[in-house]
Amino acid sequence: MSTNMTIHLRYWRQSGPTAKGYFEDRTLSTVNEHMSFLEMLDVLNEELQLEGKDPVEFDYDCREGICGSCNLVINGQAHGPKKGTACCQLHMRNYSDGDHITIEPPRASAFPVIKDLVVDRSAFDRIIEAGGYVSVKTGSAQEANARPIPKKDADLAFDYAACIGCGACVAACPNASASLFTSAKISHLSHLPQGDVERNNRVVAMVEQMEEEGFGDCSNFGECEAVCPKEISIAAIADMRRDYARAVIQG
Amino acid sequence: MPTIIKALQSQVGRKLMTGITGIALMLFLVVHLAGNYAIFASAEAFNIYTKKLESLGILLYIAEAGLLFFVLYHSYLGISIWLGKRKARPSGYEVYKSKGGASRQNLASRSMILSGITILVFLVVHIWSFKFGETEMIMSADGEPMRDLRQLVIDSFTTWYIALGYIVVLTLIMLHLFHGAWSAFTSLGVTNKNKTHAFKLGAYVFAIVLMLGFIFIPVYIFVTGGTGSLIAY
Ligand code: HEM
Ligand code: FES
Repeated sequence: MSTNMTIHLRYWRQSGPTAKGYFEDRTLSTVNEHMSFLEMLDVLNEELQLEGKDPVEFDYDCREGICGSCNLVINGQAHGPKKGTACCQLHMRNYSDGDHITIEPPRASAFPVIKDLVVDRSAFDRIIEAGGYVSVKTGSAQEANARPIPKKDADLAFDYAACIGCGACVAACPNASASLFTSAKISHLSHLPQGDVERNNRVVAMVEQMEEEGFGDCSNFGECEAVCPKEISIAAIADMRRDYARAVIQG
Repeated sequence: MPTIIKALQSQVGRKLMTGITGIALMLFLVVHLAGNYAIFASAEAFNIYTKKLESLGILLYIAEAGLLFFVLYHSYLGISIWLGKRKARPSGYEVYKSKGGASRQNLASRSMILSGITILVFLVVHIWSFKFGETEMIMSADGEPMRDLRQLVIDSFTTWYIALGYIVVLTLIMLHLFHGAWSAFTSLGVTNKNKTHAFKLGAYVFAIVLMLGFIFIPVYIFVTGGTGSLIAY
């Protein structure tokens, strides 16, 4: 049996995109260490609803760290304190009785708040639409070894393909840059023969879209890599720049 | 495809140029440092070296114009990247904390704009006092008149606040390069996952060695009151 913990929460409330937001404080006394962070928020919402108040909106879907829906900034860190862990996979055993936890939405002009802790991440979709795909009809999956790909490239593409598009990189970046997301989405395709064909157009189009959405410049702070639940390396960003330069030079 | 001009104005292009101009300035600092050590070579070496530089005429003007362009372009990019933060995140976090680990957020990377602007102000003073500063005209051994810049250097660095000012600014340049000398190669797409550590280490070594090299001269001149045995008379 685990004992109950008391947790002092402070979370962002904002009734709509144009409403003025504010922090609300509330203390939960029935948190236990087996709960995930989101389950703790469920408990909060249950309490709020029993009192006839509006529940706190937050994004989630899979709750198993693979969909990229959850994206809370917890005590100033995207997805909270655990390395390589989405906040839905963060457990309350990482906290102790009496802790204070501040929860904020990702803050970036390209990610406007929809309500409370939910932000609009459709800017990411538009970056993908700009070029993050392969145009050829691929049909059904072919036999895995029909087209040999060097292990090194396959591994690299796989590392980058791990991106779940949660936006923690933007949330944590001091400049609110989307470079890690964009570069991972570029590089997981460009290292494979299927993606190589449209390599030049893709990098230019996606870089342009990223800027148009209002994300900031990258200063190589590397904070994105530190918060990424999939631990994608900023080597992806270096890759994107090399690709971009190549595309422009080749014309 | 975008034109080169348009490409250079894109986020990626701007970062490529921060890297290129930053590396060019780093290379200039290496050459500058080598030149400074002429002060220890022989009584006339430093003045002959500066005179040779000045007699390059048009070539020197081209080099100076190039340097000025690099400094201004680099500063413009650095300042505009810094200003862009506000636009991308108009309202900040109530609580913000780096996650450590792979993060490169540290004193050096967070103060690039401060160290950079200090360097810019310093450059104005530095060029004012040494390039356009007043010096005695003296005769070289073969009877040519030349500026006694060597004496100006010694006079400057025996003044405590000038020596101290140099040491402070040089330390800031070192700080700038702790982050910059690694960051520039990431901006140019040279680093990858396996090489990153070597580049980070290399940046620290480069910055420390370069700055110790620069700082040694004002420290030595100040401590010995300009009469140290290393400075040949
Ligand atoms: C001796 C002169 C200088 C050297 C050797 C130098 C070197 C560098 C290097 C190597 C970088 C990394 C570039 C990159 O990330 O791609 C950098 C970045 C930077 N420099 Fe300088 N720099 C110098 C002068 C200046 C000046 C005068 C400013 C004036 C504002 C400045 C402001 C900045 C800023 C703000 C950054 C960070 C850019 C970013 O956030 O992405 N630097 N510098
Ligand atoms: S809810 Fe799916 S990754 Fe967290």
